[in-house]
Amino acid sequence: MKKMLTAAVSRVWSGVAQKPTSRVLVASCNFSKDATFEIKKCDLYRLEEGPPDTTVLTREDGLKYYRMMQTIRRMELKADQLYKQKFIRGFCHLCDGQEACCVGLEAGINPTDHVITSYRAHGLCYTRGLSVRSILAELTGRRGGCAKGKGGSMHMYAKNFYGGNGIVGAQGPLGAGIALACKYKGKNEVCLTLYGDGAANQGQIAEAYNMAALWKLPCVFICENNLYGMGTSAERAAASTDYYKRGNFIPGLRVDGMDVLRVREATRFAADYCRSEKGPIVMELLTYRYHGHSMSDPGVSYRTRQEIQNVRSKSDPIMLLKNRMVDNKLATIEEFKEIDVEVRKEIDDAAHFATTDPEPALEELGHHIYCDNPPFEVRGTSQWIKFKSLP
Amino acid sequence: GKDRVFNTPLCEQGIVGFGIGIAVTGATAIAEIQFADYIFPAFDQIVNEAAKYRYRSGDLFNCGSLTIRAPWGCVGHGALYHSQSPEAFFAHCPGIKVVVPRSPFQAKGLLLSCIEDKNPCIFFEPKILYRAAVEQVPVEPYNIPLSQAEVIQEGSDVTLVAWGTQVHVIREVASMAQEKLGVSCEVIDLRTILPWDVDTVCKSVIKTGRLLISHEAPLTGGFASEISSTVQVA
Repeated sequence: MKKMLTAAVSRVWSGVAQKPTSRVLVASCNFSKDATFEIKKCDLYRLEEGPPDTTVLTREDGLKYYRMMQTIRRMELKADQLYKQKFIRGFCHLCDGQEACCVGLEAGINPTDHVITSYRAHGLCYTRGLSVRSILAELTGRRGGCAKGKGGSMHMYAKNFYGGNGIVGAQGPLGAGIALACKYKGKNEVCLTLYGDGAANQGQIAEAYNMAALWKLPCVFICENNLYGMGTSAERAAASTDYYKRGNFIPGLRVDGMDVLRVREATRFAADYCRSEKGPIVMELLTYRYHGHSMSDPGVSYRTRQEIQNVRSKSDPIMLLKNRMVDNKLATIEEFKEIDVEVRKEIDDAAHFATTDPEPALEELGHHIYCDNPPFEVRGTSQWIKFKSLP
Repeated sequence: GKDRVFNTPLCEQGIVGFGIGIAVTGATAIAEIQFADYIFPAFDQIVNEAAKYRYRSGDLFNCGSLTIRAPWGCVGHGALYHSQSPEAFFAHCPGIKVVVPRSPFQAKGLLLSCIEDKNPCIFFEPKILYRAAVEQVPVEPYNIPLSQAEVIQEGSDVTLVAWGTQVHVIREVASMAQEKLGVSCEVIDLRTILPWDVDTVCKSVIKTGRLLISHEAPLTGGFASEISSTVQVA
């Protein structure tokens, strides 16, 4: 029944998408190729100069960022829907509201740079190159998923993207290690190590700061401060909520994480800083998540609906970008609507795939425990069920 | 009140470390780790600091008034990091006590005993029972002694040992065995993993001649191996 409905919906959308194309071709002749924007200043710590206050956005880039952010937004909302329909089980941490962080970060680095983050990772999975299909199929635990269905929401990986980590703060030292490898291999790459405002209080993060600074590792520590660590507001958990200063001996900058251009410039600045072998740098992105911590959290017991509404109406990253581009004649509202329609179709297709792809075979439960070990028997849930541990 | 029950920042090592510090001065500290899977950053503090304090100070100091609570065991949708049963890691460490209740009534008595016990205790609470278990629990405080296993059901053919959620599973198994195979099972809830009640289990095995231990933790090095080898030596 559900499959029929999703198929019907995608048919309707694809019908609608055919129409406006011809109109848009005529209209696009009147657009400017790019526009210069002034962006908010960053707070700096131990830095003489910060990233530039103005940036140039081309029409092409703008549409690309809009499409990416809208895809992430729709994908997260679709994941919400699939979770409530019980296609996705287990845990699901959504990042809608934080799209500007993912897209801005990716825009500021090269595909050969490395990224590692915590469990709120679906957006970064997409920006790092995974298709919506493989992400949604991984969420529903199917073979077509990026981790073959064995990882789930928190354990998605891609080229130069190391997840997706469940334990809070554990990715800090890992990221510093990746940065050490970057330095050692000498390919001028950096590692973005993301963590949240809750994880900023973990001991391991302080250990990672120390080692990165001591050995001048090209590691950009990025604190995605969405103001709440699960249900605890930042002031109740941290002695100092100036997370960009928490690196102490490491310079830092605080950035408005709802403005994709601001994030892009700051990331470029931070990555250049690291590439010039000056050592690590800390970047705090001030952002917000609309959903609760995870799907089991309504998200309103520790903050008011009014607050969420305020952020949605005043600082929504997608809205900000769209308004900017329309006001500066980089694109029309119709173009954006068209992108919305295409994105919706892509997501619906992906959801259809995610709900119809078969699950991995039960034998795979024993695979990938060790590597190059002669296969041994793994006991299943009872004595009579055994799996072979294939590498 | 707010000054006695409070949230901490996210640092397990810190939480347990502070708990040990509070306990060393004599005040009672109850530290909660959100899930037993996250207890590992605190492993060093528990094994190297808490467990050995009394010993290394020649009984001058101790952190006996420390109790650590953590939700434990599988819950169906927990996956890698919300389902672990780490009691075997801690069973390897002298100086601490490890306790796992099977029901609300047991939980209250055992927890109060842990708090009063003059040794640092780790209290694992089966999380699947948080919403599933319903029982009449007396309002007044009462204690259930530690290191005493309970024979829940007497039998003569085989001894079944478990703790936490598995007790309910083997109870069902015992009644199924009785119904379908005519086998009379003696069911024992171990309750305290460390130090465990060797006498009750051995006495039961001497009576029945057969032992079956069931636990959720991984097979290799799980606590069942300790129980089975001790029983065979005895």
